[in-house]
Formats: sequence, C-alpha cells, structure tokens
Amino acid sequence: MVKIKIDGRELDVEEGTTVLQAAEELKIHIPTLCHCDYLEPHASCRICSVKAQNPEGTWERYVTACNYPVWDGLVVITDDDDVRSVRKLNVELLMSRCEPGVEVLDALADEYGIDKANPRFGYGEGRCIMCGLCTRMCQDRVKAHAIGFADRAAGRVVTPPFKKEAEACIACGACYTICPTGEAKLRDVLGREVLHEELTLATTKAIYVPIKQAVPNAPAVDEETCIHFHMLEKGLDACRICEDVCPKDAVDLDAKEETVELEVGAVVVAPGFAPFDARLKSEYGYGRLPDVLTTLDFERMNRADGLTGGEILKEDGGHPETVAFLQCVGSRDTTVGKGYCSSVCCMYATKEAVIAKEHDPRIKPTIFFMDMRSFGKEFDRYVERAEREHGIRFVRSRVDSVERENGKLILKYENEAGAFAREEFDMVVLSIGLTVDDDTKALLARLELEADKYDFVTSPPFRPTDTSRPGVFVAGAAAGPKDIPESVTQASAAAARAGAAVAPGRWTETAEAEFPPERDIAGEPPRVGVFICHCGINIGGVVDVPSVVEYAATLPYVAYTERNLFSCSEDTQRLISEKIAEHNLTRVVVAACTPRTHEPLFRATLRDAGLNPYLFEMANIREHCSWVHMKQPEEATAKAKELVRMAVARAVDLSPLTDIELPVTQTALVIGGGAAGMTAALALADQGFETYLVEKEKDLGGHLHHIKYLPGGADVAPFLAELVANVEGHEKIKLFTGAILKSVSGFVGNYVSVVEDEEGEHQLEHGAVVVATGARMAEHDEYGYASSDRVVSQRELEEALAEGKVPHGAGSVVMVQCVGSRDDEHPYCSRICCTEAVKNALKLKELNAEANIYILYRDLRTYGEAEDYYREAREKGVFFARFEPENKPVVTPHGDKVKVKWYDIILGEDVELDVDLVALAQGTWPDVAANKELAEMLKVPLTADGFFLEAHMKLRPVDFATDGVFLCGLAHAPKTLEESVAQAQAAAARAATVLAKPTIKAEGRVAVVNERRCVGCGTCEAVCPYNAIEINKEKMVAEVNAGLCKGCGSCAAACWSAAVDVAGVTNEQLLDAITAL
Amino acid sequence: MADTRNDWEPKILAFLCTWCSYAGADLAGVSRLQYPPNVRVIKVPCSARVKPLYLIRALMEGWDGVLVSGCHPGDCHYIAGNYAARRRFTLLKEFVEYFGLEPGRLNFSWVSASEGGKYADVIKTVVDRVRELGPARRMVKEYAEPEKV
Repeated sequence: MVKIKIDGRELDVEEGTTVLQAAEELKIHIPTLCHCDYLEPHASCRICSVKAQNPEGTWERYVTACNYPVWDGLVVITDDDDVRSVRKLNVELLMSRCEPGVEVLDALADEYGIDKANPRFGYGEGRCIMCGLCTRMCQDRVKAHAIGFADRAAGRVVTPPFKKEAEACIACGACYTICPTGEAKLRDVLGREVLHEELTLATTKAIYVPIKQAVPNAPAVDEETCIHFHMLEKGLDACRICEDVCPKDAVDLDAKEETVELEVGAVVVAPGFAPFDARLKSEYGYGRLPDVLTTLDFERMNRADGLTGGEILKEDGGHPETVAFLQCVGSRDTTVGKGYCSSVCCMYATKEAVIAKEHDPRIKPTIFFMDMRSFGKEFDRYVERAEREHGIRFVRSRVDSVERENGKLILKYENEAGAFAREEFDMVVLSIGLTVDDDTKALLARLELEADKYDFVTSPPFRPTDTSRPGVFVAGAAAGPKDIPESVTQASAAAARAGAAVAPGRWTETAEAEFPPERDIAGEPPRVGVFICHCGINIGGVVDVPSVVEYAATLPYVAYTERNLFSCSEDTQRLISEKIAEHNLTRVVVAACTPRTHEPLFRATLRDAGLNPYLFEMANIREHCSWVHMKQPEEATAKAKELVRMAVARAVDLSPLTDIELPVTQTALVIGGGAAGMTAALALADQGFETYLVEKEKDLGGHLHHIKYLPGGADVAPFLAELVANVEGHEKIKLFTGAILKSVSGFVGNYVSVVEDEEGEHQLEHGAVVVATGARMAEHDEYGYASSDRVVSQRELEEALAEGKVPHGAGSVVMVQCVGSRDDEHPYCSRICCTEAVKNALKLKELNAEANIYILYRDLRTYGEAEDYYREAREKGVFFARFEPENKPVVTPHGDKVKVKWYDIILGEDVELDVDLVALAQGTWPDVAANKELAEMLKVPLTADGFFLEAHMKLRPVDFATDGVFLCGLAHAPKTLEESVAQAQAAAARAATVLAKPTIKAEGRVAVVNERRCVGCGTCEAVCPYNAIEINKEKMVAEVNAGLCKGCGSCAAACWSAAVDVAGVTNEQLLDAITAL
Repeated sequence: MADTRNDWEPKILAFLCTWCSYAGADLAGVSRLQYPPNVRVIKVPCSARVKPLYLIRALMEGWDGVLVSGCHPGDCHYIAGNYAARRRFTLLKEFVEYFGLEPGRLNFSWVSASEGGKYADVIKTVVDRVRELGPARRMVKEYAEPEKV
C-alpha cells in the first residue's frame, strides 16, 4: 500500500493503481476521452492531465491520470487554473481537427470556457478525435486487427489496412459501439445474422435475458453471435469484456458442455413444435413484401414489454388501420406437406386481433379463414364476443395471393360463394401453423421413436402418452398440434405413466436437509440486524448506501448494521449467520432486491443459523428504488432510508411461525366409472395408491359401451374389456358399483366420504378426490328424431355400422351437425361430432362405396390430424355443405324416405333431397342437476353451461382451486376418448402430488382468530374463497381450517371487530409500517 | 407544517399484491423505467388484505395519497380477492367524498406481472393527481407549538 494525497485528501491505495483509479475511489471526477476501463490506457487525448508533485513540493509536472501509477507520497492536484488551462489547450487542439458539433468536444468546450463559435485554432474536418478506442478494441480485445492508425501527425487517420475494405473485419460492430463521436461506421451494422431467424424484427445481443420474467432471471451467452466464440474458431482468445465487467465473476466463457449419464426408469419426451416457415408460402410475400408479418412477429409487437412497447407499427413507422389475418398458413395444406389442422391458430389469431384493437382502437382487423375452429372450452363465446363487441370482421374465404401496389398490400381471395375479390390492407399477418423441426426429428430418430408422415410422435390407440418404445412417454405438440391446456394435461398424463413405471423407487433416493435446533426467542426484546446491499453498482451507484446504513443504526431496536457488496453471495450468507449468533439477533432485515426472488434464500440462511425463518423482512431498494430513480440519487437515498425504516417497523412485530404439517390419508376417491374414471383409478393404483372407485350404474364403462371404433378403425370393445378387467382385478382398487356418493367432508389430505350401495353405507377416508362423472348425450326432438326411425343419432348409426349393417339398407344419408350444440341453450361446441360424422361417413363408404352421403355443417372442426379423414371423405365423394344457424335444414320424414331441404350457400338457392336416412350429430350435455349437487359437496365451481370449472383454463386444466380435488373427462368439457384418457391420467398424476407424501405442509401465514373479539357475525365466512373459515355455531366464533387457508387475508380485511388477523402479515405490522414515517 | 413550503413533494403509500402488481413494479425496475420517487410500497398477499382502515389511517398519519393495486379482474391468485377489494374501495371512495376528503387521494389500479410500463404510468398519474390536490392535512392531528398556546 502507498499513501497519496489528491486535492488535499489522503488515501491509501494498492501499488500499481493509476491516479485515475485512485481519484475514482474518492469520487473525484477527472474528465477523459480515450479512457475505457476495459482497454489498456492510451493517454492520447491528454484531457485527463493532472498536476503531480512530490511531498516536499520541490518537483512538479503534468501527467496523464489514466496511465500514471501512484507512488508513496505522491501529491495530485486535479483541478486548478494550471490544470484547466492545460486541458483547455488540448481540447482546442482536438477541435482544430474536427468539424463543429462533435458532442463530446462541445461538452468539454463548455466546461473549459471555449468559444464554440470561434475556437482558437478553428475547426477541421471529420469527427475522429484520435482516441484510439476503436483500434484498441479491434486489436486488443476482438483481436481482429481490422483497423489501426495510419500516417502521421496531421494526416493521421483510423483505417483498415491499405485503406481498403478489410477481410479481417468480422463485422462485430465493436468499433462502432465504442466510438464516442460516431466516426466509425459499419456498412450495415444489423446485417449480421440474428439469433432467432424467424424474428426478423430486430437483432439480439450476444448476451441477453431470454425473457424478462425468466426464472432464474440470468442472462445467457449466445455462442453463435458472441465475438469470443467467433474468434475462438480462429484460435484466438478474444474479447472477454463481459468477464471483466461482471463484478461477481459470474461469467465463465470457458465452461464446457459435458455429457452426463443418468440411470432412469422412464423418459418423457416433450420437445415441442417449431413455427411453420412462412416463406414457403411465397405467394403471401413473407420476407419479400414489407408489412407482411407472421403472427409470431405480430405478437411480439403486441406485447406491452415488446420491442415497440405494444405499438403496432408498419415498416415505415406509421400505424396500420386495416390488418388482415390469413388463417391456415402451413396448415390444412398438402402443397407444403402439412395436411393437418394446427388446432390453435383460429383462437390465437382472434386473440391477437382483439388485443391489437385494445391497444389501438383505430385498427380494423379482418380474419380470412376457412372454418372457424374454436372447438375448445368457452372458445365459441370468445369468438362471438370478438365479432360482436370488438368488431373483428370474419371472412370465410381462401386467399390466393398478396401483392403490393402503391404502398398498399392487395389481398386477392375467393369468397365462400366462389366469387373473387380484391381488398387493400395496411398490414397482413400470416397465422402460421405448428410443425416439427429438424432438431426434433433427429432427437426422435436417436430415441428410436416412431413418427407419422408429418413427423409427430405416434402413440398406440387409447394410450395417448405412450410411444412405440416402452418406458418412453410423449407430451405436448410433439405428439400432434395442441394448445396450452392440452399440452399441460398431456404432460401431467405422461408424468402419471412415468410415475407408475418408477413408483417402487419413490423416496429411495431423497436426501433430507438437516437444520440446527430453532432458538426460542419468546420473551426476548427484538434485536434487529439490518444488512444493506450495494448490489455492485446496481444499488450503490445510485443510493448512498453508507448513509442508509448510518440511518438504519439509529432506528429503534436495531442492534446491528452492515453493508455488503452482494448480500446474496455465499460469503454474505455465512456472515449473516455469524452476526445472528454474535449479536444475538432476533430479527433480520435485508435491504436489497425484490423478495419475490431472494426471500427464500435469506429465510434458509436464518433457518441455518437456528432462527425461525419467518423472522425476516426485506426492503426492496433495487427494483423499487435505485433502478427506477437513476437520475435522482438524493431522492432515491431518502426513499431507501424510508423503505428500510418501514421494513424495520414491520420486522419488530414479527413472531416465529411454523409451517403446519397435516397428516395425509394416502388414498384416493374417484367418482365415476367411465373411461376417465377407470383410467384415473388405474393410474393412481399403478402408482401405488389405494383407490376407491364409485360408479352409480351397475356396470363400469359409461359411454364406452356405445363408442364402437376410433377414427382410423381401432376397435373399442377390447379396450373396454381390458380396462374393466384391470380395474376389477387390481388389488389396490376398491370398487363400489350401483353406488351413490352421499357426502364429502374434510379438506386436502383428510377427506371422509359416505358412499351408499346395496350393502348399505360405507365411510371412506381419503386424501384426494378425482371428479370423473362424465356427461350425457343431447336429448331432444329436433329434426323429428323422436317421431321417425329414419332419423337416428350418430351413435345409433355407429352401433349398426360396427356390426356391418347399414340401417334400413340406406343408400343415401344426410348427416346434420350441431344438434344440441352451439345453440341458444347450449352455446358451446361439442368438439367431437365433426370427426365422428366423418368417421361414420367413411365407415359407411367402406360398407357401400356407392352410398350418397351429405354432411350439413356450420364449421367443420376436424382439428389436428383428423383433418386427414376430412380430406379422405371428400376424396371419396362425401358431399359437404354449410348452413347458417338462422337457416337450419328442414327435415321431414315421410314413409320410408326423409325429405331434407337446406339453403346451399355456393349455389345460392334451396336444395331439396329425398334420402333414406338422416343421422344427427347430437351434442354433449352436462348433467347440470347432478353436477350442482356434487359441486356443492366438494365446494368447487361450475361454468355457465354446467360443466365443472377448473382452477385455470390454460395452466391448471385438471386442478380445482380447492386443493386435493381434481377433474377429468366429460365432466370438464366435451372431448374425444383419447383426450379423456390423457386427462384422467393427468388428474391421477396431480392427485399423486398430494398422496405421495405422508404429511402435507400448509403455509404458516394463515388467518388466525382472536376468539375474545369475535362476535360470530360470519362476514369472514362469506368472503373466504376457499371455505377455510367457518362459524362454530356452538361457540359462535369463527374457526380457521389451516389446511385450507391460503393466507390471502380477505377475511382479516372484512372483519368488523379486528378479530381475524393473518399471521406474518398482521394488522399490527401493517399499521406500524404505515405509521413508521 | 410543510404545506406552505415550495419544495413540497407528495408522499404516497402503495399497497401492492404480491402476485401481480408487486411483480409488475419489479418488472418496471428490471426494465429501468423511471418514475417519480414519491411512492413507498407495502407488499400484501392480496389487494383484499388491505383493510379500508389502513387507508384512512395513512391519511391520518400524513401520507398525501394512497394506492392499492391488485391483479386484473379474473387473474386473482386467490380466485376473487381483487373483486372483494374493488367492492370495498368503491364504497370507501364514496364515503371519503361524503365526509369531505378529495377522492383523488385514494387510488386503485390493476397491474399484472407483465405490465412494468403500466405500473410506471400509474405511479406518474397518481403522483400528478395528488400533487394537484396539495398536502393532505385535514385528517392529521396537529398540535400547536407550546410557546404559542
């Protein structure tokens, strides 16, 4: 260490430190132009000149601070008249070789009193100030040696070798980025290949956070664009600036890929899908015409945190008014090898149109589509609202091409009636489909999994998550196009199948964490330790941390304060532990970043130190302070102090809490013995859990008795027989048939139900419930169903066809779709009927190739790979005609014929036919009365249509908001047999997460009741969304069921007499925080 | 006290729900969106945790305005807590107006975890609104200085 003096202030610094670095430590500002912390000092601009003296004052000279090393006794003067005149001269000299208006020089001119209008030596040409930042960057860091100084004195310039375009240039843009005056230019800085090719909206940096809400929120280095890795291929160890910049040494460019061998009992494959490459449909102009985007591009623009901040912009920066969405780009299109329907595009295009309109009401979106395939739960309602409330225009059509004329995009299309039309748009968005990319294909080949002609993984019939290889299971869009809820469902289903394969090994390789005994702090006064984080410069660069520490020390009950460079680092954790012991701390406050990411870490530290983890409080002085008030350091510091004060006030009121452990009855109850119920029971039993299966009928099987074959021909009867045999023969399944569920009480892990069958009442204890009560076929007399045996249901037709018989030997059949679906009473799509009709039409054609079959539909919804059957049916001569709901077909049975009349949209006139048979696609209806009764018993909600309502439509498709209750099959919504099977397995997997452990941990922060204050008014009971608080009618006080309580605090806020409180977020704490300032 | 000083800056107390609005405020930070430094945040599990009493108490303690922000309708982590909060605060706002306080001092918003920009905008709007209203002194109990008694 050496002792130096700068502007009269003494300082001890390491030997080898430069004057500039030493001054920085004292926060003394020395101007620089050619200095960069990550490049060797150059001392070429001379702006950092300072006066150096020996202590005796007998020696003095001007030195450049950036490269002058300190020595013991050195005295530095950074700012006096002499120094200023030296700097002024240097600035004037630099100005003399530059054109006017170079911002960095102008700023210095102002600072040193130079007349910019008339500098001493005049102005020159160009903007280069000879700082050499670019050349040092290119040579020392990038190591490309593509630019350097040439010539001498006044003729000195920065240039590539021989002043010609340099082959050595890797177009990295580092020179351009570092140039302080804008002299260095790249011919096309953005010409480099971008990371995600399909996202043509902007380039991505080589180090980036993949998404803003990523967990962990850590950046990744992209090897393909990183200069270091680029030069590594040439054998050069370049750049590494990121390593130098990171104060935590978190960047390790030398980290290597490694091969890890794992022994596993099952594998789940979920590689997802790739978006269709819209350039393959060149007639739509993607990549060729401006303002033709894919829906992915459009969605990025639509995002509030996206590139344009949620603004929809044309390429010229203007706002589009008319926006056309083109459906089925890369879907339902054999010309590009994608014969299937991608299943999700109708909904996502509608959603994006609605959101775009919400962002900018001037936008008029039009969706050009073939069939509106909004077949999912509540989807039709969404599309109707889009049309009615948001004014989205839907045009049934096929688009021929997109062209550009006079700055507008011209759409040529054929409408439904066969007429051609031209329409102008400002923007065209292509709704691209879902495909399998080459990486996934290679992965599937490596895993030796069979795939179909579209490269989607194939599953055997009835086993939607199995693959051709035992022990390997598939989930998500890799097994065929599907949306979020179905992917989530299938993922849980795959987990159930994999879980069954490895069930014997459960808990055999689990390591238990060990903690020191918890210190009892009862009766001790609060002793608060406050740790304040610099977070490198993230907080310390704005907030004056030392003054916050000083302030914190003055607060009541604060026994210890400390500041850390990084409070989250491992050594700080150790330090906090030590300080807790050393100062006998009973509360800890950390002022740092957001508790949402770091609270668990600090709590664990408290636990390790033998302190209850709930005795912890955080003040967020980064996300809520230093980062958002970067230009107001004083205000930010004041705010940080107050945030710390409030946190300390809250901390003082903390008391130790224990997470409640409740025992779990490791048994499941499955309600309903159809395909879903039996599958769920088997999946649970296969995972090793005792399971009660309750069926109201005498026989198991439900609708399976009536479904005869799957599209594609697989026979259902053997599947049913196998399922029933497996259920009946499984030692872990206890079956109750002809039984009714009379009551359910209790909560997650601890239910008691009463089931009544022939033998009388049984009391069953179980830890989880799976609802698989199914639904029923639509029953009504539309189209003369009840009055004529020539009008049958698709189900009756299927039963006859399966036996090789055509009812009445019919040679001509009309099939009418949407019977009891998508009408006023049942305003939802029954999802399966279109595929069923096509399936039965094909079967009929198989039996009688001459049969004339007419399918009258509203939107043909053969989603996913079922589209192939639709195409096959058309090829085989099945006739399809569309009708509007206000103009339904008229069916009149007479004798052994049935007269069918409908308005044909293409012909533009009424068509009348006499046919032998009419088959009705009867929808799926919920059993509303029964569902209501069960919903009340289980305290779960129903939809407006009377189906059960899951916890979250997208993300939790088989859970209820009530813990421990799960949902599958038709009770949830109409779906195919295989979808029911997948959902049943998913429900079993979700139930297993409750049943696998002998106890369940409930959060310690739950509502508590002060019985002496409670008047038993029941207001809390009314507001609780979880039925976790109830009035005890005998004591007339509220009682909390800690197993059900989630700690939201609605009851505490509603309580008139402040009798209800939430542990960990008490009234006292909140009021003390409010009154702390 | 401070109301006649020229450099008066409004002080605003914000209750943010953990799951949406607090996360949205975090995102504003991560995105380095700059907004006025007048707000102090208290994190609560749900906007429904906030007792109307707290808001009145805050005004009594000299806070110039309060903000309660929760999840968008339908997005509540606790199913429907934000609806309960909405009902309570609609009533409170009318009540506050009735007893003669400026309703602009009570502010409510929905900010989701992905709406960092919206959070910054909400803060700017609320700060401007409260600045317009001036210091809130009507509910603060002030004691005359002893020598003037």
